[in-house]
Amino acid sequence: MEFALTDILSILAATIRVSTPLIFAAMAGIFSERSGIVDISLEGKLLAGAFAAASVAAVTGSPWLGLLAAIVVNMLLSLIHGFASITHNGDQVVSGVAINIIVSGLTVVLGMAWFHRAGQTPTLPSDARFMPIHLPGTEALSHIPILGDIYTKLISGHNLLVYVAFLSVAVTWWVLFKTRFGLRLRAVGENPNAVDTAGISVAFLRYRAVLIAGILTGIGGTYISIAQNASFIRDMSAGQGYIALAAMIFGKWKPLPAMFACFLFGFLDALAMRLQGVSLPYVGEIPVQFIQASPYILTVILLAGFVGRAVAPKADGVPYVKER
Amino acid sequence: MKDASSPTPPMAIDLRGISKSFGTVQANKDIYFSVPQGTIHGIVGENGAGKSTLMSILYGFYEADSGEIYIDGKLTRIRNSTDAIAAGIGMVHQHFMLVENFTVLENIILGAESGAMLSRSIADATTEAERLEEEFGLHVDLHARIDEIPVGQQQRVETIKALYRGARILILDEPTGVLTPQEADQLFDILRSLRDKGVTVIIITHKLREIMDLTDNVSVMRQGQIVANVKTSETSKEELAELMVGRKIRMDLDKTAADPKETLIEIKHLGLIDEQQIKRLEDITFEVHSGEIVGIAGVSGNGQSELLEILSGMRPCSKGEAHINGLTITPSQHSNPGEVRHASIAHVPEDRLKRGLIPRFSAGESAILGYHNNPEYNGAILSKAEAIKKHCLHLMDAFDVRPNHPALKSANFSGGNQQKLILAREMDPDPKVLLVGQPTRGVDIGAIEFIHKQIIAMRDRGSAVLLVSGELDELISLADRIVVMFDGRIVGEVNAAEADERTLGLMMANAHQEDEYKEATHG
Repeated sequence: MEFALTDILSILAATIRVSTPLIFAAMAGIFSERSGIVDISLEGKLLAGAFAAASVAAVTGSPWLGLLAAIVVNMLLSLIHGFASITHNGDQVVSGVAINIIVSGLTVVLGMAWFHRAGQTPTLPSDARFMPIHLPGTEALSHIPILGDIYTKLISGHNLLVYVAFLSVAVTWWVLFKTRFGLRLRAVGENPNAVDTAGISVAFLRYRAVLIAGILTGIGGTYISIAQNASFIRDMSAGQGYIALAAMIFGKWKPLPAMFACFLFGFLDALAMRLQGVSLPYVGEIPVQFIQASPYILTVILLAGFVGRAVAPKADGVPYVKER
Repeated sequence: MKDASSPTPPMAIDLRGISKSFGTVQANKDIYFSVPQGTIHGIVGENGAGKSTLMSILYGFYEADSGEIYIDGKLTRIRNSTDAIAAGIGMVHQHFMLVENFTVLENIILGAESGAMLSRSIADATTEAERLEEEFGLHVDLHARIDEIPVGQQQRVETIKALYRGARILILDEPTGVLTPQEADQLFDILRSLRDKGVTVIIITHKLREIMDLTDNVSVMRQGQIVANVKTSETSKEELAELMVGRKIRMDLDKTAADPKETLIEIKHLGLIDEQQIKRLEDITFEVHSGEIVGIAGVSGNGQSELLEILSGMRPCSKGEAHINGLTITPSQHSNPGEVRHASIAHVPEDRLKRGLIPRFSAGESAILGYHNNPEYNGAILSKAEAIKKHCLHLMDAFDVRPNHPALKSANFSGGNQQKLILAREMDPDPKVLLVGQPTRGVDIGAIEFIHKQIIAMRDRGSAVLLVSGELDELISLADRIVVMFDGRIVGEVNAAEADERTLGLMMANAHQEDEYKEATHG
């Protein structure tokens, strides 16, 4: 069988679509962990964001209100995480796991109570969702061979949030490395003592970092339920928060490498969908289960030191307690 | 300062009645203390005397329970570091407050940026930092990463940081602990030039030689109180030591000449390449005889710790061999701490809180660590609590560990008493070989005297002692021979009777490093 340009483009376009929530969550993780707060609750926050966006969009009919709701809900979850781990020096992993479990249960319970559909939200009409947008010039360029195809099929035709994801990578990089806030954020994740003695509040900095993580996961969750899909389904985040965490580590807590790591995981996912039921020469039909498992297998291999040691921010996961 | 209305300038710092307690421990008690502008003031005292607490109050790390702080004659409330910085106080901490993977410049601007964008802050700071470097001789490469520059230069970064924030009062907490004698001298020159430009300097140290060399006035603290304020020119080391401890202290050890007999430690061409493929030790060859103390000098991180770890069986070597009291260690023949102990080799580790004892265990439990499988303390199922307690009391008695409560948590003893407990544990079985790392680090003067006497008594009973220490005074007075290490190699050996700090210091810094250093600072 022959792989034509259109096949490649459609896999790549699918890669971008699948990678989008990973990118939001990975950038959220970078903000949080660069400030020294391990955020395993990326998973729960994606799920909470998805539920909030789908519920509000279903009731109001506005995707924008859905997005706003997701952001607000996730900022509140971030505050809970912060209250436990910043204010009370609790264990960050425990607090994160607690959030994941609460969200997984609460979304189903609230969904049943509000919409009476076994934990699902109603299917949304197009105008309550973020729909694909066509960039200017699609018509004119579509006749140019190859380049036209790339433009119309790969670059254009995604929904708004996909483009926001790309923007978020650039903004994350800029904030971290070009602004005063970024300098302080990176410093507090490496040596909070240095930040404290420089007269800057460690707690306030870390709260701001986790709140930003809340905003970004809110957008990511919104994407999952009302852009990529048309309703909320229980546990629909399906481990993407953890994959994003792995991508962030694989990308060594740097925005651009983390984005490429997200693409790598997204690509495997897209390939898995495309290869289902396809018989490859010499290999035969690859079991779907194997392909579906491949992103996770890759995660294990990559994190087991295949790519060199990933060095976390030094104070990552360590509560800041003034020593006597 | 040339204000005609006030003929005498106000004190830079004037503390009135400062008290601070942590739980039931009164760390500072009714402290009155003042420092004139443009002077260097020393604060000495034993560990736990409250020096660091007092300075932390001044720098806003803690707030005092009661009392008033006057800065330049004005009543000032210092609740946090921001207040302290605003009042013109800067601090060089004992453990540097630097972000290691940032550049020097980024560390300088952290918290004192000139705007929300970094580019402007960096431009501003470059000019100002270069001016400060020039004015005070604080030379350091602004664009180097902190973890790439030597400790002495990291300390300069801390000083520049303080001055960049407009500090007119500079506090240094134990600044010379990590420096070679040459680096310390350079620091003192910088501090003197700061004083001449009107900066008030407060230096906390337990090294009396530094106090005598550098300061104009000195305050002595004991048990949370200031027991004396004196002019440095009117006092002596002996008097200060006596004030610190509250009784007379002998500064010189009473020690007879060594009488070395058979070889107990023989090391031949020992080498170590660590997990990161970095050479830690290379071609180490020397001997230690019965009835002899051999000291190892070197700036920390030059292989002394690794050498002790190999000899005590904590890690394997990669080259050469070592024979210790009949036990052989080679790359193919590993040992372990249990076997080493069994061969009558005792080891007092360098880091007492990580390896010497378990802070959360009771003193009784810490007192049998390493000997815990001994049937004396071990029943069939339960440990023999009564025997452990008795043994611990015996050790505490012999080494004057206070308080003598075996049930008290190890962490609740002072550093000196923890160290005495570990030494007691290791020296009680009367080993043939004693490996000891930093025996008096963070230990107060009274306890140091005691520990030194015990180690010498051990030697006189015919044991071989290998002593690793960062204190040159200690090596010179305690050891019989001193081996100097640099970059994992032995670069020299001197007879302790003929050694002095200058020559040892030069050997520790190794001549070619000195050249690089000059290039780096004048380049």
